[in-house]
Amino acid sequence: MAEILVITSGKGGVGKTTTSASIAMGLARAGRKTAVIDFDVGLRNLDLIMGCERRVVYDFVNVVHGEASLKQALIKDKRFDNLHVLAASQTRDKDALTKEGVEKVLKDLAEDGFDFIVCDSPAGIEKGAFLAMYFADRALVVVNPEVSSVRDSDRILGLLQSKTRKAEGGQRVQEHLLLTRYNPERVERGEMLSIADVEEILGLKVIGVIPESPDVLQASNAGNPVILDEQSAAGQAYTDAVARLLGEERPMRFTTAEKKGFFAKIFGN
Amino acid sequence: MGLFDFLTGKKPATASLAKERLRIIVAQERSTRGGPDYLPLLRRELLEVIRKYVNVDAEAVKVDLVRDGEHDVLDISVSLPDRTP
Repeated sequence: MAEILVITSGKGGVGKTTTSASIAMGLARAGRKTAVIDFDVGLRNLDLIMGCERRVVYDFVNVVHGEASLKQALIKDKRFDNLHVLAASQTRDKDALTKEGVEKVLKDLAEDGFDFIVCDSPAGIEKGAFLAMYFADRALVVVNPEVSSVRDSDRILGLLQSKTRKAEGGQRVQEHLLLTRYNPERVERGEMLSIADVEEILGLKVIGVIPESPDVLQASNAGNPVILDEQSAAGQAYTDAVARLLGEERPMRFTTAEKKGFFAKIFGN
Repeated sequence: MGLFDFLTGKKPATASLAKERLRIIVAQERSTRGGPDYLPLLRRELLEVIRKYVNVDAEAVKVDLVRDGEHDVLDISVSLPDRTP
């Protein structure tokens, strides 16, 4: 049975698309047949992060409106042939998606034997974000250790508990928290909220912590999701998060500051 | 914090302040969540009416929906300013 996983956050710019790309790639690399759908109609970007922007012919809205088949619109990844991308429309607006249309696409993907359907939500709490979360079985809430992101995440957690198909049926979407852009040095200096702070405020344990890393920008530049960069701390942290999503237990890495030398201590770096 | 920061009098760390502010606002937002949409507007209009007669602060009017068995009870409380001697 296909599991529908929404990647959401409320606030923009926290790393939803980066996370969707890496998580989808990680699930495919772990042998799961995975589709990743960009719900940000009008502001398509997942294709760029996945490195398939020049191969988009038909998009999600075309499929919803019956202008193309799902098969025509799914872009097969060049690195993993069990990974498919469904791009957002760049020309239509967010009203081009309907609940029935989205439900049909998800159902068809499930019937095609996909194990995971990753829904990359747009920012905000409007129609696109609502549709991305509505059918979810699980949700990965991406949060930065920063006041506005934490507050918006709490709002999104509230919506997941009330405005989803599961909630309406008296069930619960399984929620996970992914802390990104984490800087252990700044946390140790008392300048940034810690993992424990965020967990305490939101009442949820993190499933992964992605350290702030220049490798993320480099990965986006190249269209290679950062999870493929095995040298990178951010990439390895995403690999751990995928393993935990699949039920494995792994200790957290990259969450404490590296020991500084004598001079760095004196001058406070 | 390094010795250098200490000597130059760098600003105090702010993470604990962020946590405290978030704790309060998140608790407040959770308490109003799921209630009817008209509550904030009702509260604001009540405040305006009361202010025609008594000078109260913005925090003086509290409007809550309390569940009491089968019924919902609209609980409105207004705290008046201290009587000046």
